[in-house]
Amino acid sequence: MNVGPSLYWYLTRASGTVALVLLTASVVIGIAAIARLRTPGVPRFVVDGIHRTASLLAVVFLVLHIVTSVLDSFASISLVDAVIPFVGSYRPLWLGLGAVAFDLLLAVALTSIIRDRLGHATWRGVHWLAYAAWPVAVVHGLGTGSDVHQRWLQAITVACILVVLAAVVGRAMIGWPDNLRVRVGALAMSAVFAGGLVLWLPGGPLGRGWARRAGTPPSLLSHPSSAGRHL
Amino acid sequence: MSLRIEVDPIKCEAHGQCAELLPERITLDEWGYPLIDDAPIPASLAGLARRTVRACPTLALRLRHVLHESAADVGSERL
Amino acid sequence: MSLPRVLLGAGAGTMDHATHRRVHGELPPAARRSRNGRPVPLLAELSHAGLRGRGGGAFPLAAKLEAVQRANGRPVVVINGTEGEPMSVKDRMLLEALPHLVLDGAYCLADALGAQDIVIALDQSMGEGHAAVRRAVRERPEAGRRTGQPRIISVPTGYVTGHETAIVNFVNRGIARPMTQPPRISDRGIGRRPTLMSNAETLAHVALIARHGAEWFRTLGPPDEPGSALVTLSGGVRAPGVYEIEYGSRFDALVRAAGGLSEPVRAFLFGGYAGTWIDAAGAAPVKLARGGLSPLGASLGAGVIVALPRSACPVAEVTRVAGWMSDQSASQCGPCVNGLASIADTLADLAEGRGGRDAFTDILRWSDLVIGRGACAHPDGAAAFVTSALRVFSTEFDDHALNGPCDACARRPVLITPRQRSVVA
Repeated sequence: MNVGPSLYWYLTRASGTVALVLLTASVVIGIAAIARLRTPGVPRFVVDGIHRTASLLAVVFLVLHIVTSVLDSFASISLVDAVIPFVGSYRPLWLGLGAVAFDLLLAVALTSIIRDRLGHATWRGVHWLAYAAWPVAVVHGLGTGSDVHQRWLQAITVACILVVLAAVVGRAMIGWPDNLRVRVGALAMSAVFAGGLVLWLPGGPLGRGWARRAGTPPSLLSHPSSAGRHL
Repeated sequence: MSLRIEVDPIKCEAHGQCAELLPERITLDEWGYPLIDDAPIPASLAGLARRTVRACPTLALRLRHVLHESAADVGSERL
Repeated sequence: MSLPRVLLGAGAGTMDHATHRRVHGELPPAARRSRNGRPVPLLAELSHAGLRGRGGGAFPLAAKLEAVQRANGRPVVVINGTEGEPMSVKDRMLLEALPHLVLDGAYCLADALGAQDIVIALDQSMGEGHAAVRRAVRERPEAGRRTGQPRIISVPTGYVTGHETAIVNFVNRGIARPMTQPPRISDRGIGRRPTLMSNAETLAHVALIARHGAEWFRTLGPPDEPGSALVTLSGGVRAPGVYEIEYGSRFDALVRAAGGLSEPVRAFLFGGYAGTWIDAAGAAPVKLARGGLSPLGASLGAGVIVALPRSACPVAEVTRVAGWMSDQSASQCGPCVNGLASIADTLADLAEGRGGRDAFTDILRWSDLVIGRGACAHPDGAAAFVTSALRVFSTEFDDHALNGPCDACARRPVLITPRQRSVVA
């Protein structure tokens, strides 16, 4: 009997990470595009195309991430848990955040596909949900993920966070010249997010006994195959 | 019957993708706003024209089928 | 019958309904006019009359009516009394002094179109006019009806806020800014319903055609431009004010009616701030009709003529108006915002003697660049005003470019540029 981590377990962690990187790239390119950042040599429609492609790929990898997490036999995660947040038995809050992020991104993706039928105003309103989906995805990854102590994952996550924060802060500084409220709001949210992570991580996912505190079912905490999956 | 591309000047925010995608019909003025050549769009460019309309970030472009030229079609709409 | 027609019986104060019916006669029932003993519907009569809009667009009213009839939905009739042109007061005057003529026209058209809803759009700065219109509405026999009472709305003051799409936008969404066409308001306007919007003076003519018929209307004016029109004549004339002219009459006859020139005049502005200039030399025999004016690149517009005295500085006047027109942009369309601002700034530099070598060519280039590229014709009008000024006043502009401001620059303005900025939302 195979009691080691299954292929699905590796795939779900990998695809989740790739999805986060793609989502980060999409958010940063989207912000750069709307801030009219000059891209010498690269036509704007190409930049726009890269944004759309990165977003689509992010959704593809997200689906892979969800399917493989369901197929993996370690934790009982059902397909329902992937779209309806907080109803699962495995780390319900942190997994649920993943479902929230997925739902938001699904709305963004679907409205983008039917953008010409929807009209610009409606499409744009829904598109702003992407600004919510990204931090939720990051927190989901940190809360659910078993690789949170791995240096490679930490490096990738930190890089993603820094790059998005830089883009948001940069945009808040130069954009929306007439709307002080939006600019201050964007800066405030960035500060809250960064500060929140700094306060939460040491005692949270990076602290002792996180798996239990995060809601891993007790039966899994002492499971032999769980060795090496979490601390 | 001919195909024409038109811009809604209120929706347009000078992103400029249209001029990149359809330079045969669209160039940008000194402020970055589109200058559209009125000439009909031949079948060979129709696909590209449709793509250009879809690409506009603010959906400011429109394709119009013009049945025949008449004085009433041109210019009188904006009074 | 000759002149006056619209201004018949006009005196000080507001003409009440009883006097109005005495002066003009009763409105025929259901606005039908008999021709050779057979009843002819008003709409056919208006088509035969060839009445065009008097708000500046000169659009054939019959075509508007047909468009509204073709569209789906219960129509709305709107009286456009907003008059954004600062040098025009004819609509204001009509609504204050002769409101029943305008209301007659609106009610007639509403009946003929099967419209129940009438909206009266007035400029919010009209003050006394609002009260006069309200009183007039109450005086009418229709005031007893339970439904279909006209709704008076107060539109923010501005040059473009009185555009037909801006009024529709204001009623629908509270934003007095023009909208892109299509859709035309005749298809989808107030409450997404077909909307017939007409200038106040146009409706006054409708009221007279309903009574006297198309043949009567056509006894004045040339065949391609029948009837009479109100003109606001101001500037260097002895008696500035509103006059009723026959289309095709000579300009010097109008000036004589206004008491003649009060001082030597340099040029005449025809059509308001979206109009064009004509040198005073040779202006006297000009026929006030499309036939006489368009060869000179001019038109009456909303019936506005200003005589610019020699004692005024044309450069200062044109520069100030160009700056004002730039400020009056609804700021929705890039070419208009950028183009008019560039033109105004460069004119200001020229007037101060600071203009660069390319200033004139730049202004002409920008003027050409903005034509047809806005959602409304505001940039086209401003550009035409400036380019005709550069042509007619080339001597004065060259002089200012070299030597800066002249003594006349600081005199009291002839062309009014009201300080109030439109509050659009």
